[in-house]
Amino acid sequence: METVTITMKNPPVLYLEAEHVCPDEFAGKTAAQIAELHVYEGNTKSTLGKYFEVSGNAGATAAETKIVVKGDVKRVKYLGMKMSAGEVVVEGSTDLYAGAWMSGGKMTVKGDIQAFAATGMKGGELIIEGNAGNYLGAAYRGDWRGMSGGKILVKGNAGSDVGMYMTGGEMVINGDVDVHLATHAEGGKIIVKGNAPSKVAGQMVEGDIIIFGTIDVMMPGFKYVDDVDLEIEGTTAKFAHYIGDTGERHKKRKGQMVYGNLYQKI
Amino acid sequence: MAEYIIKNGFVFDPVQGIKGDKSDVAIKDGKIVSDVSKSAKVIDAAGKTVMAGAVEIHAHIAGPKVNLGRIYRPEDKLFTCTATKGIERTGSGNSIPSTFKTGYEYAKMGYTTAMEAAMPPMFSRHVHEEIRDTPIIDEGAFPVFGNNWFVMEYLKNNEVENTAAYIAWLLRATKGYAVKVVNPGGTEAWGWGLNCLSIHDPVPYFDITPAEIVKGLIEANEYLGLPHSMHIHPNNLGNPGCYQTTLDTLNLADGYKAKNKFGREQVMHITHMQFHSYGGENWGNFESKATEIMNFVNSHKNLTMDTGNVTLDETTTMTADGPFEHHLTGLNHLKWANCDVELETAAGVVPYIYSPDIKVCAIQWSIGLELALLAKDPMRCFITTDHPNAGPFTRYPRVFKWLMSEKARNERLNTFKNADKVIAASTLGSIDREITLYELAQMTRAGPAKSLGLANICGGLKPGMDADVAVYDFNPDKPLADPEMIETAFSRAAFVFKSGVQVVTHGDIVNTGHKRTLWVDAKVKDNPQVMRDIKEKFLKYYSMTQANYEALGHHFVPNPFALEVDATQA
Ligand SMILES: [Zn+2]
Repeated sequence: METVTITMKNPPVLYLEAEHVCPDEFAGKTAAQIAELHVYEGNTKSTLGKYFEVSGNAGATAAETKIVVKGDVKRVKYLGMKMSAGEVVVEGSTDLYAGAWMSGGKMTVKGDIQAFAATGMKGGELIIEGNAGNYLGAAYRGDWRGMSGGKILVKGNAGSDVGMYMTGGEMVINGDVDVHLATHAEGGKIIVKGNAPSKVAGQMVEGDIIIFGTIDVMMPGFKYVDDVDLEIEGTTAKFAHYIGDTGERHKKRKGQMVYGNLYQKI
Repeated sequence: MAEYIIKNGFVFDPVQGIKGDKSDVAIKDGKIVSDVSKSAKVIDAAGKTVMAGAVEIHAHIAGPKVNLGRIYRPEDKLFTCTATKGIERTGSGNSIPSTFKTGYEYAKMGYTTAMEAAMPPMFSRHVHEEIRDTPIIDEGAFPVFGNNWFVMEYLKNNEVENTAAYIAWLLRATKGYAVKVVNPGGTEAWGWGLNCLSIHDPVPYFDITPAEIVKGLIEANEYLGLPHSMHIHPNNLGNPGCYQTTLDTLNLADGYKAKNKFGREQVMHITHMQFHSYGGENWGNFESKATEIMNFVNSHKNLTMDTGNVTLDETTTMTADGPFEHHLTGLNHLKWANCDVELETAAGVVPYIYSPDIKVCAIQWSIGLELALLAKDPMRCFITTDHPNAGPFTRYPRVFKWLMSEKARNERLNTFKNADKVIAASTLGSIDREITLYELAQMTRAGPAKSLGLANICGGLKPGMDADVAVYDFNPDKPLADPEMIETAFSRAAFVFKSGVQVVTHGDIVNTGHKRTLWVDAKVKDNPQVMRDIKEKFLKYYSMTQANYEALGHHFVPNPFALEVDATQA
């Protein structure tokens, strides 16, 4: 594994679109070549090197490339977008679409992450040590293909509309989430260790949601079934099991109607 | 205006019967001429293919339903935006590109004329504003008539003359080009929660059948002598077994002869035939009936058709066939938009993914190609994708590749996930025909131009015609090393001229030309009854006044080109 370190030296006035900060794009390139990759500041096209100091050469492939992002990148979007392998470590906080459409590899953000992180994520691992914004692991605007694989861990809280149109993969949020968790979900698993205020799993068709904390207002389309004992990440506890959203269409599998499952710790 | 001489290209022009001869094409004052002066600018076309600009006979490229698609599918713009480049403005969208991108993309492929296939009359202003903002290409729009209250009321009483007077009024009010019919009667029935799946299903309240609407509109069209024929999307689109309804519909043209001064020979144009050529009773035993359909079309000279080729892409379906879109969203569970247009029509929009891994999609792909390859008269069978319904128009070069190379299409056919079942469901695998460049020029230039009544204006390179010319980096004298060369060459023309203006050079837009809006100005005898009926309907039913209905003036149609017909003596 070769490490490329990019350090913010000349912060942009506008937000910077830096979708090439990705092991797949860096692979096989020298530090000088990486500095030549293009970025957009507003509608102005320029190079990564204008803003970042680049040190270290990339590995031959994405899998052999690690990118460390240093400095203030709160105004930088698309870090790690579409990465398929390798590693990205962001030492601070970053803006929209981090790790969007990633299909492999590992991305760690030590600070906070803004909205649309892991949009349409297909695989790999995303770890957010701070808080996540809205639409984590959701579908792109208008799209119906949310997170379909991989793992996300948020050590802090997450915003609203997390897991919208999620179809697979797993998400663990150690803190609280805001409204509209897993709207339209058709698969996958979301574990929230904290609270979820309301509008949880509206129009959910399939998948599992586990809430350790409170739900202020339960969706009327969810029906209580029974109490179950579950072991979730090493903790065994009793959960109230609901199915839904009963207002939506549901497919049948082996003659059985498939519902979304919502478990709330008692 | 500048003079040009396109020298030493391999010219393919069905209008003059030129089949790849090495010759020159001369341009002066926007027209093809037989000779130019020594000062004419020379375009070296040695080793290249030269054809007239291509003519799109059926696409959905302007108006409210296209725009609804753009609005409710932001994901169609994802990663498909193009930045400004030279004189090109930014663009966005793949299956529903922005207006500017639409004009640029057609022009870059050598298309210089295109027809918007379904204009809701009430929203003609919106259609024309988008046409105005689509650069380079000449465009016309077909207002829809097949579910129109006036038409159904007049034809219920066999009032062909009144129907014709109403058509003439509406073409003028909306700056429309032709009589379009979508799921005749079925879209009105949809307003009642019903549909017309056969040509004999009565329309609720109006008590008229699709068959009566179709025959009446053919008669009214020929009474007026319009440039194009009645242009139909038949009933029962897209359902297994629908080919029977299609054959019934084609039969309705029996006995009618074209009557017009434009050289048009057909009385019915059937669009996106692929969607209407399905056998089987369900999606399990779904199969092609292209052979049955083409046997009929081949033996009936008063018909023309276009294919509606499935391109195996993610796209956006949109049609005035409201009930069909509702049916489709029930099948794929993707988002659905629906709109009713008062007394006239309706529309629906649903995204669709034609996946090569899904058997039905692969069979649909086979049927589109099969239809074109079974056509005996390439002057009557045109290539379309019913953009964006079966695929984006930007995929035409790929469709050409599949039609022109048996190797390319067999490679695709044999590698489908369910290849055995797909191959068994059509005759495509046993067809070895390869469409020639001359036939391609017939199916994409001379044929559609003739069907539209534009045979003297575009689609050919005869002196006197508009100087719409496309030059492709494709050498027909060299053996085809790789079928991909077809797709590459036709994706980006080397040079394109629109009305004598060089608009494309080496695949880049260099001029946006003088785009025109084609419409048909039909004169009929004074008809006070129809005028009174129109006034009354506006007062009684329409949510807008008659004064706000018309698309007129410089704002909506800044550069009109009217084809005139005189039916006052009819
Ligand atoms: Zn159409």
